[in-house]
Amino acid sequence: MSFLHFTILLPFIAAIVVPFIYRSFNHKIHTGWFVVLVPVFIFINLLLQIPSISNGENILISMPWIPSLEINFDIYMDGLALMFGLIISGIGALVVIYSIFYMDKNREALHNFYIYLLLFMGAMLGLVSSDNVFVLYTLWELTSVSSFLLIAYWYERKKSREGALKAMIITVFGGLAMLAGLILLVMITDTYSLREMIANVDLIQESALFIPALLLILLGAFTKSAQFPFSIWLPDAMEAPTPVSAYLHSATMVKAGIYLVARMTPIFGGSATWFWLVVGIGVITLFYGSVRAIRQTDLKALLAFSTISQLGLIMSLLGVGSAAFYFNPGESQQLYAFALFAAIFHLFNHSTFKGALFMVVGIIDHETGTRDIRRLGGLLSIMPITFTIALIGSLSMAGLPPFNGFLSKEMFFTGMLQASEVDMFSLEWLANGCPILAWIASIFTFIYCMILLVRPFLGTFKPDRLPKEKVHEAPIGMLIPPIILGSLVVLIFFFPNILGQYILNPAIASIVPDLEKPFKITAWHGFGPELYMTIGVIVLGLLLFVSIKKWNIAFRVLPENLNLNYLYSSSLENMEKRSVSFTNRYMTGSIRHYLIYIFVFVFSVLALALITLNAIDFDFSNYAYVTIYDVGILLAMIVAALTTLFTRNRITAIVSLGAVGYLVVMLFVIFRAPDLALTQMVVETATTALFLLCFYHLPKLGKKVEKVKFKLTNLIVSILVGVTVTILTLVATGHKLFTPITEFFENAYELAGAKNIVNAILVDFRGFDTMLEIAVLFIAGIGVYTLIKLRSKGSDTDEAETE
Amino acid sequence: MKPNDVILNTVTKLAAVIIFTFSIDLFWAGHHFPGGGFIGGLTTAAGIVLLYLSFDIERIEKNLPIDYKKMAAIGVLIAIFTGLAGMIYGDNFLEQTFGYFNIPIFGETELATAVLFDVGVALAVIGTAVTIITSISEDEL
Repeated sequence: MSFLHFTILLPFIAAIVVPFIYRSFNHKIHTGWFVVLVPVFIFINLLLQIPSISNGENILISMPWIPSLEINFDIYMDGLALMFGLIISGIGALVVIYSIFYMDKNREALHNFYIYLLLFMGAMLGLVSSDNVFVLYTLWELTSVSSFLLIAYWYERKKSREGALKAMIITVFGGLAMLAGLILLVMITDTYSLREMIANVDLIQESALFIPALLLILLGAFTKSAQFPFSIWLPDAMEAPTPVSAYLHSATMVKAGIYLVARMTPIFGGSATWFWLVVGIGVITLFYGSVRAIRQTDLKALLAFSTISQLGLIMSLLGVGSAAFYFNPGESQQLYAFALFAAIFHLFNHSTFKGALFMVVGIIDHETGTRDIRRLGGLLSIMPITFTIALIGSLSMAGLPPFNGFLSKEMFFTGMLQASEVDMFSLEWLANGCPILAWIASIFTFIYCMILLVRPFLGTFKPDRLPKEKVHEAPIGMLIPPIILGSLVVLIFFFPNILGQYILNPAIASIVPDLEKPFKITAWHGFGPELYMTIGVIVLGLLLFVSIKKWNIAFRVLPENLNLNYLYSSSLENMEKRSVSFTNRYMTGSIRHYLIYIFVFVFSVLALALITLNAIDFDFSNYAYVTIYDVGILLAMIVAALTTLFTRNRITAIVSLGAVGYLVVMLFVIFRAPDLALTQMVVETATTALFLLCFYHLPKLGKKVEKVKFKLTNLIVSILVGVTVTILTLVATGHKLFTPITEFFENAYELAGAKNIVNAILVDFRGFDTMLEIAVLFIAGIGVYTLIKLRSKGSDTDEAETE
Repeated sequence: MKPNDVILNTVTKLAAVIIFTFSIDLFWAGHHFPGGGFIGGLTTAAGIVLLYLSFDIERIEKNLPIDYKKMAAIGVLIAIFTGLAGMIYGDNFLEQTFGYFNIPIFGETELATAVLFDVGVALAVIGTAVTIITSISEDEL
């Protein structure tokens, strides 16, 4: 275990220690102060890696886990992994600090909270740095599980549980699909290592499993990153505590899918399916998220939809960038790789400003008691610092200078315009639609950013509509993390190339290794189409925002049921209903029905075997002659059996059943089996007596003497079973494949000293069977005894109660 | 009040002796002729049931103080232990042996361990059959 392994696994180790710290120190010091050391330590260690990795010296360290299966915890730290690692640990540290002031140390179960959070942090760090696909999958699922636990942190609330369940179902569905996709990749390349898969990219692209693997992996990425139509879990996940929302549902977990797509781009990039799926779904998600965000009245829901929208933006840029793999190194590759660069850049920016915005919303919620924008207003003078951060965050999100969102938004427009110029995959209408849709989505983005900024802070202060009486600025500890993030937003705008050189370009290099030259970020492109697009966004956005009350009604025209949530819950309900009704249809509780299934199954298996093996072939040559006694006894048996079937009276049925038994005795006699005849006679007598006893004790109620009801199904089934078994017996007795072993038993006198062969077999040759049979008999006897003697006097329900 | 079945009682006293004798004969004959532990046990059980039918339960229990459940258990155990006994001499489980011995009164006689096993079978059958029948008949519905 290397130091880097220790760094990445540290959150898991810390998670074990947390409950002990909580128990001994929490009444004095908030547990979060101990926890914050973990991400800070990781962050510093990862910062120390920057020099070597920005020089292109990637780190690969292996740690055996299941060596016999070649599943090892291999860490491959390159630019992409490092960037994600820095985001995870950096924002992790800020979120922990924020949570110290957000979560009350006396009222909340802090040990649970920090264990889940640390589990998530460790899983996320391992996920981005793992080279082994199965380790990656394991940690992928661990992020789903820990996210489930965090969403349902206030488990006594119904909405939390529902949100957690929904997130769990959707992300695990995608996770399993991704596992299948990874297994396909392993089958193609015969390696578990991501790097070796990328090295064998030709093998994958020629394989017939290329498209299935691509679709399955994209399914995993899209569900995790809340892409359309799998985005529905993210707004419901807002029931989690706000630090969790800030951390998981804006900065880290939802970017796991983005990470996966970026990682897999060298493998799948360059194919038209990948390009159009990622670009198309990304743009649709961007549009859908931004339009839905406008309608929200809850600030966190607004931010959730805005996250969905921004993730779609990043995804679509990754899609455009994947075209870089279509070209050889050169001008065009550089052009499309720029879109990848924009994606990575916006990913970084989004983590900063969205984290800050969530914290701002958390502050508003914490200080006023509500997140509903219809109740809030005029907080500007009360919370000036919070407002400043909100201003920076939302203007950056809207894509205005002087904030980092402006830079990445401009690059986004460049990327989208490039997508429209893509001529290699020949889907012109889609290519032209993308930039237009993206532009409209940007207008909507601008509008909801304005809503986020104006509705809570401007206007009149309405203290009577707020749950809390004294509203004031948040404590300084709660403000520090968003201040840090907010200043990052501004700093990145002014010095983007420091970030570009040390973090973003190495990240790009780990996706596209053979780039001609590193990218530079410039705030001023000259008067290009990007600038006009941005100006258009601002002008139209402002106009639409001012007139929002006039056109907002248009949304109400849309039917309420026409949304994905309704589709999801109704399909879930339907599935439950269908499976219940399906099970109830055949699991009737009636033993007759089950018997019909069993008999039909038995006879169809036997008949199928007989027919498919071509076995229906009678051979009567070895049969003995039929004597007059055989015929007589058989006729009598048939009469007795038919009487049993058709009689109206139960006594008659019992007696004729007894008759069948005694006729069997006669059969044993004429076929020379005296032992059997003796036993059969006594046993038959005993069973008939027992039958009569049962008959005597039948309940008085409903004791009607009536004929057996006729049912066609029963008749058909019984005839079919009878015919099949008869044919089977005839076929089997006609063909003796081996000589029987009876000759051995004829030596009974020499071997066992017994002239009675049957008895010699029973007690000597096969004594073991007899021993177990008397055990069976004994158990039956004891069973009857206990059933009768040891039952409780009351009814069954009384018995259940006394137990 | 039970009627005084003098004829039944008298016949039963005679018949029981005959039935028991016959069942012992069936048991012993089993080694060489039709019969054996199972059928012998069942006929014994039939004789006991006949006693129960003609006399009242208390009287039978006083004169034949046997716990038939224990009898059945002992039968099963005998069968298992005869099998284990062979293992002491290094044979397989349930390996039976037999030999011819000159016993004073009977003269040359065959003795087989299989008969011991059969005793177990017979006891188990008697015990089980009587247990089932008496527990059902004593049941008050």
